[in-house]
Amino acid sequence: MTSVTAVPALAVRGATKRFGAVLALDGVDLEVHRGQVVALLGDNGAGKSTLIKCISGVHQLDDGVIEMDGLPTAIHSPAQARDLGIETVYQDLALFDNLGPAANFYAGREAAGPRWLPTWLRVLDRKGMASRTTELLDRLQVGLPDMSSQVGLLSGGQRQAVAVARAAAFASKVVILDEPTAALGLRESRRVLDLINRLRERDHAVIVISHALDHVMDIADRAVVLRRGRKVGEEVPTRENQQRIVSLIVGGEG
Amino acid sequence: MEQSTGASRDSGVTATPVEHGPETTGRSQRDGYRGLQLGLTVLRIGPLLILLAVAVALSFLSPFFLTTRNLGNVMAATAAIAVLSLGQLLVILTRGIDLSVGSTLALASVVGALVFTTVDSGPVVILAMLATGLLVGTVNGIVYVKGRLPHPFIITLAMLSIARGLALWLSGGQPIRGMPPVVDSIGGGSIGWFPVSAILILGIAFLVFVLTTRIVWGRWIYAVGGNPEAARRTGIPVNKVLISVYVLSGLMAGVAGIITAGRLDAGSPTFGELAELDSIAAVVIGGASFLGGRGNVLNALVGAVMIGVIRNGMNLLAVDAFFQLIIIGVVIVLAVEADVLRGHLEDRFRVFEAARS
Repeated sequence: MTSVTAVPALAVRGATKRFGAVLALDGVDLEVHRGQVVALLGDNGAGKSTLIKCISGVHQLDDGVIEMDGLPTAIHSPAQARDLGIETVYQDLALFDNLGPAANFYAGREAAGPRWLPTWLRVLDRKGMASRTTELLDRLQVGLPDMSSQVGLLSGGQRQAVAVARAAAFASKVVILDEPTAALGLRESRRVLDLINRLRERDHAVIVISHALDHVMDIADRAVVLRRGRKVGEEVPTRENQQRIVSLIVGGEG
Repeated sequence: MEQSTGASRDSGVTATPVEHGPETTGRSQRDGYRGLQLGLTVLRIGPLLILLAVAVALSFLSPFFLTTRNLGNVMAATAAIAVLSLGQLLVILTRGIDLSVGSTLALASVVGALVFTTVDSGPVVILAMLATGLLVGTVNGIVYVKGRLPHPFIITLAMLSIARGLALWLSGGQPIRGMPPVVDSIGGGSIGWFPVSAILILGIAFLVFVLTTRIVWGRWIYAVGGNPEAARRTGIPVNKVLISVYVLSGLMAGVAGIITAGRLDAGSPTFGELAELDSIAAVVIGGASFLGGRGNVLNALVGAVMIGVIRNGMNLLAVDAFFQLIIIGVVIVLAVEADVLRGHLEDRFRVFEAARS
């Protein structure tokens, strides 16, 4: 069922990015296949966020290529990344607290008609959006107390789940999660990790930035470690090599 | 046993289809949860409840209050504030403010009166007034967005001054008597005891209601108010949405100009003084939040009617006009406090939500 095919859903080869004199990324390689969760590790300033932002179209690479399903692809803007099937959940979640889950799911891409009207004048398909949102949340086993209440009334974990589910709903290829458990308690973290596992089962390619190594052990198939803009290691994270991964991150001799 | 009663009480109250994990919350927490939900619901429909309470109280205090003639008066007197507050609502939904609407109302009435002195056509006069409002609103929106101002307060404050100055200059500081019959009947006419202006307001309110709840554009207005940064990231045309609410607010000021000019059969540079504050007060009394993204058409109308009813009631009871200002000020403070209380209850609600899940 899980199709870890020969061609990765997303491959970054020789990614290089400079900000003035600072070399933020220096020839980094990264591959993610469908049905795979790859953790991106590294200390602050290691280049994780820069790499993510290059993939999601916020920054452009100075050198190197991004391949989608084996085809070299230039990503110039966040909108283009989304069109290519890459969705990113940033730490701030980018949720609209004053709106309900369905409105959040479809913000900026509302289902509406008729087609002969300009987009902004179309009539919202409120029932359609609500039922598809409910269906998707059910499929990902995200239980919300009330589908009509605003997202601002949800707990931190529920909000994270809504943001992740929204990304999964629209990402045909890659879901990128930036510190999905950083602000959550123990139980709520567990829920979000379960959710990430379900994304894998549903054949998404998932990239997760996380500082929580025990979470990484739980969910990631591979861990890519960056330090000062370079890739310094790639491991299958297990309890046994946790120490080694830590020393890769901090740069001690491991 | 304690657990099962807890669970059934919960599903009865909140209609929660999905329960996670073991039941850990106790009875007092359940009661707290239910209390929070009740409190939030009351706050949501609060403005309407208060308006009804005020109306019932006035109907006991004054035999004239509930007469059709008086109700018609209240509606006609409130119409201009009501239409301004509809525009103001859209602006406040996007975290903005439009201080220029009172002056724009006056400018529109003066322009209409001047046009009427040369062109004897009702439709042309009406179009001239609408165009005046539209133009002022467009300038507000474009200068705010394209000028990259940090907040619309300054540009609309400047426009408050500019539009009033233009109205005074164009009119020579004097009211200009005379409006076409169609304008007079929009502002001052009635069908039976029901004012034509009130019918117009209901029509416009319905359109704004449809815009804000059924149309993509309206959804974007709420999204921009709720989280401008996220709106930008999801590809919503934030700048266009922002400009559009000032354009609509200006247009509503033009409509308010028509209503006021028709009611008094004149255009005057002194119309609509402090009307911007009335419209902001109406929206705030209606429970909209200055932090953006919260508020709706019905409550904004309720806020406008509340101001009208309080003024009317105190006139009927022969309360000193000075006290009217004080009372309306107190109502505004109460409304804002209710908004603060709502924020507090919602914080508590989130904590419960985290504990329950």
